[in-house]
This record gives sequence, C-alpha cells and structure tokens, in this order.
Amino acid sequence: MSERASLLLTLADDELIVGWRDSEWTGIAPTLEEDVAFSSIAQNEIGHARALYELAAADLGTDADALAFDREPSEYACAPLVELRLLDDWAMTIARRYLYEQADQVRISALVSSSDPELAGLAAKIDREEVYHRLHAELWAERLAGEPRFRSAVEELWPYALGVVAPEQRDELARRVGLPLPSNSLLQGHARGTHTDELEPLWTEMTEVRRSIPGAQW
Amino acid sequence: MDQRTQEFLAYVQDGGQVEATDWLADEYRQRLLKFVEMHANSELMGVLPEREWILKAPTLQRKLALTAKVQDEVGHAQLIYRVAEDLGKPREQMFADLVSGRAKFHNVFHYPTYTWGDVGVIAWLVDAAAIISQKALLKCSYAPYARIMRKICWEESFHILHGRDVILALMTGTDAQRELVQEAVTRWWPPLMQFHGNPIPRDEDPMWIWRIKSQGNEEARQQFLDGYVPQIWELGLTVPDPKLRRRDDGVWEYSEPDWDELRSVVTGHGPRSQDRLAFRRRFLDQEQWVRDVVLAA
Amino acid sequence: MKVYEVFRRERKGQPFEHAGSIEAPDAAFADTWAREQYGRRGESDALWLVPRESIHEITEWADEFDLKYRRVDGYSIKARLKEARERASVAAPDAG
Repeated sequence: MSERASLLLTLADDELIVGWRDSEWTGIAPTLEEDVAFSSIAQNEIGHARALYELAAADLGTDADALAFDREPSEYACAPLVELRLLDDWAMTIARRYLYEQADQVRISALVSSSDPELAGLAAKIDREEVYHRLHAELWAERLAGEPRFRSAVEELWPYALGVVAPEQRDELARRVGLPLPSNSLLQGHARGTHTDELEPLWTEMTEVRRSIPGAQW
Repeated sequence: MDQRTQEFLAYVQDGGQVEATDWLADEYRQRLLKFVEMHANSELMGVLPEREWILKAPTLQRKLALTAKVQDEVGHAQLIYRVAEDLGKPREQMFADLVSGRAKFHNVFHYPTYTWGDVGVIAWLVDAAAIISQKALLKCSYAPYARIMRKICWEESFHILHGRDVILALMTGTDAQRELVQEAVTRWWPPLMQFHGNPIPRDEDPMWIWRIKSQGNEEARQQFLDGYVPQIWELGLTVPDPKLRRRDDGVWEYSEPDWDELRSVVTGHGPRSQDRLAFRRRFLDQEQWVRDVVLAA
Repeated sequence: MKVYEVFRRERKGQPFEHAGSIEAPDAAFADTWAREQYGRRGESDALWLVPRESIHEITEWADEFDLKYRRVDGYSIKARLKEARERASVAAPDAG
C-alpha cells in the first residue's frame, strides 16, 4: 500500500470511528438544542471519512464503502482514542471532542501545505468545517473547566490524544493543549498501532446489516 | 360556555388565528397543550427506534442520510417543545411526565424494529402517515404551531425521498432483501392503520372544533391509503388485510383496526414502551448535572 | 436558561423573518445551536439571534378618534373620480 493510501486510511478510520461514536449521542444528548448541533458534528466526521476513503479507494482500486466496512477490525488504522465507548459520560465525551479536535488540527494544518494538491485541497475543506467543531468543543470545555469530573476526564484521555498525532507532532499538541508530555511508557499503551477491546464490538454492530447479505446493494 | 369563550370559538371557526400573547379560552389552551405535548413526545421517542440503525447503516451514504433524518426529528421535538413551553409548561416538566408515563406518545413508537426492512418501512410508510397529520396542522388556529409546521413539513420532504430510496434499493436487490420489506410491511400494517386514531366524526372531534387540526381522523387515514396502498401494491408487496379495497366512489374499505390495542399501547403497554422510557429516563438522570451546573444561566 | 428568538433571512434582498426560538444559557451557545437548528441545510443566508427579553412588543393601539385619513381605506377615491370624469365629459364631450 502506498504511503499516501496509508495516510488517507489513518485519517479516514479516525473520522469514521469518532463519527460513529459521536452519532451514538443522537437523541440522548443533554439538551435538545445540543443534540441537533452534536449530530451535525458526527455527520461532518462521517462526511470527512467518506471523502478520505474515496481518495484512498481511487488509489487502491476499490470503493469507499468497501474500505469503510469490509475490512477486518485488525486492519483499521484508527487510534485508540476514538474507539472508546463514552456514551454514559458527557464529561468524557466532551474531553474526547476537545482533545481530538486539537490533535486533528495539528495534523490537518500540516496537510493543508502538502505538495499533493488533492490531499491539500481536501485537508483545507476539512479544516474549514472543523473550525466549528473546535468552537463547539472549546465552548463546552470552558463551561466544564471547573468540574472535577471534566478535569479528570481530560487527564485520563490525554495520553490517548497524543496517540492520534505522529510522534514528531506531539510537542506541538502539548503546547496547544497546555498539558505536559507523559512518559513514553505511558504513551505506548494508547498509541496508534494497537486496538482497544472496544473496537471489535463496535465493528460487529457497525457492519451487522452489511454482513447479513454480502455484496448486496443497500 | 361563557361569552368570551364563545366569541373565541367563533373567531377560530371563522379561520382566525391566535398568537402566544393573546387571550386563549381555557378549554382551548388545555386541549392544545396536551396535543402539542404528545406531538413533541412522539418526535423525541420516535428517535429511539431509528437511532440504533444509524449505527448499523450498511453504507456511508445511508449512515449520513439516516443521521440527518433522525437529527431532523430531534429538531422537530425542539421546535414543538418550545411551542408547548410558551403555552406555559416547562420542558423539564414535560420530560418528567413522559418518562413517568403520565404523558403519551404515538403508538408507532412503542413497537420494535428488527431489520433494515424496518428502517425502510418507517421512513416510507410511518413517516407518510405522520406527514399527513402534520399537513393538517399547517392551518392550525394557534399560529406559533402552524408556523413551525412549515419547517417541519419542508424537512419531512427529504425523509420521504430517503425512505423511498431505501425501499427501492431493497426491492431491486436480492430475494432476501425483498423479503425484509414484505415482512416489515406485514408487521407494521396494524399500527399504521391505528395511527390516525379511531374514526370520530369530524364535528365531534375537539381538535377540529377548535380548528387545531384541519381534518378528522378518518379523512387522514383515507388520504394515507389513497396515497400509499397503490405504491405498496405496484412493488408487488401485499398488505395483511383481505378486506382492503378501494370502492368505486374512491373510499377505501378495510378491516376494523384493533382500537383496544391502540389504547393499550399508548397507555404504555406496547412491546417496547417501558424499555424505551427507561432508556430515556436513564440518560435524563445521567445528564442532570450538565443542565444543573453548566447550563444554569 | 434564556429564550433566544431566531430571525432568518432566506437570501439577500429578503427581510428577516421570525423562524422560532431556542433555549440557551448565553449568546455563545445560542450561536452554536441556532446555526445548526436553522442553517444546517443552507436554508438561511443570515440569522439574527435576539434574547426574548430584548424584544419590545407593541400590540395595543390607541385609535379613539378614528383617524381614517391615515389609512388607505379612509378615502373614497373611486366614487369621486367617477363623478369628476362624468363632469369632464359633459363639459367637453370631444376632449381626451
């Protein structure tokens, strides 16, 4: 697989899985108004995933849905952060939103200046949408800053967040978020390359209908 | 009926509309609030059967379309609860009444979903039945409610397209997929026939008398049958009612729906009533701290 | 929580129209939430968000002395014009 396709799948898998997790909140967010807004974020992420999969699919001679749904769980390149099931915990959910958007901005802004025009163009589009994701996450993070459960959620997810960016981007992420870098040993458990045991049940549910009649049109 | 109320009744029956800041006859306000509250509750509870299929959607496009559809329904709940709030009932009170079983929501949202066929049938037929009721509110005498119905009906037009597309993809797919649709149509038919309520004559229906709705229950059901039975039959699907037929005068005949089942279901005895309410209660409780601590202005 | 009234402009050249209301603790949340509830389909070119308490509504009017001249229906133009035209055709039947 080319480096380009590999990079595209990394981004796409992160966006698909975090979008899937965010879409779990549909109908059950803390207020109706927030529910509607949060659902737009989830849809944007799935939309980003789709665009990224489409680029990768062109390189790999397949289609976006096949890449999104027809691989085995172990083949996904997503980071552990996005796999975590946080549905019963709004503080953890916002902590993940906040940290993920900061990490995503680090890597996407690097890609905006890529010499690959398709990649740069798509990164710019994604970045423009994510301005609003960041505003939303920062609004909530500011509101929850005084809550102990939010602070401990950020602390708990911070090592995972560092697993989203490339190792050479970790310093920049730490600067943006204003948190110190944990030791390498702490990071190892949460870096990209391993999967949590939450990915498999997610994948099973996500692909249940598709697997029920393989090759069918839906 | 006192004179002021009589004048109010004459005014709305003559096509007059009222706003949130106008004087409303007591009986009108009470009936309207109960109706609006049930509508809001239905949009909110209707999210739950569809939500699980967002997670299982078999393509990226379907996942996006279904998420957008369900998002619209949450949005509709927000619009309708706001109307009810401006009639004097806080949303926290309405949520409490919903999860305690004191307030009702429409029958169709008390039933289980089993397959992707349900996803198609809900968007195609259940939504169609709901849209007919919603169109009958566009001329509601209570103007704030009539106005939000315009946005709601506009958004529902996207859902119809989505529903039709899901069904047609299945019907032009494998035999197993066609069977998913038939099985779902068979299972959803009785609740669909009950959806518009028992056929009280329009002139005895308070919702018509006060011009909250612009049509009676039977008129709505006939509209549904007229619009959708041909669509069902043209796909080669069957409806589990041997008596269903359209007379020469255009009226549809059908087997009497089970009104006892309807009453039992809307009072909380449907197959999924209690566990859906419990699900909603669980999240309301879990997130109370968010509303208390963070959103208190 | 405050109620924010939402006004939307469909496109430039159109007036802002009242579209509904949302509940939010402050303007920042109102912004984030209104843009999705009233703009996710690109149906509005612009939105105004106004706290309900900032709206001053007027619904009571004083018109005790029936000042019809201020309204279009306070003039009976048609009848007078008919009469004036008739007079003109009597005075100069071949004119016009």
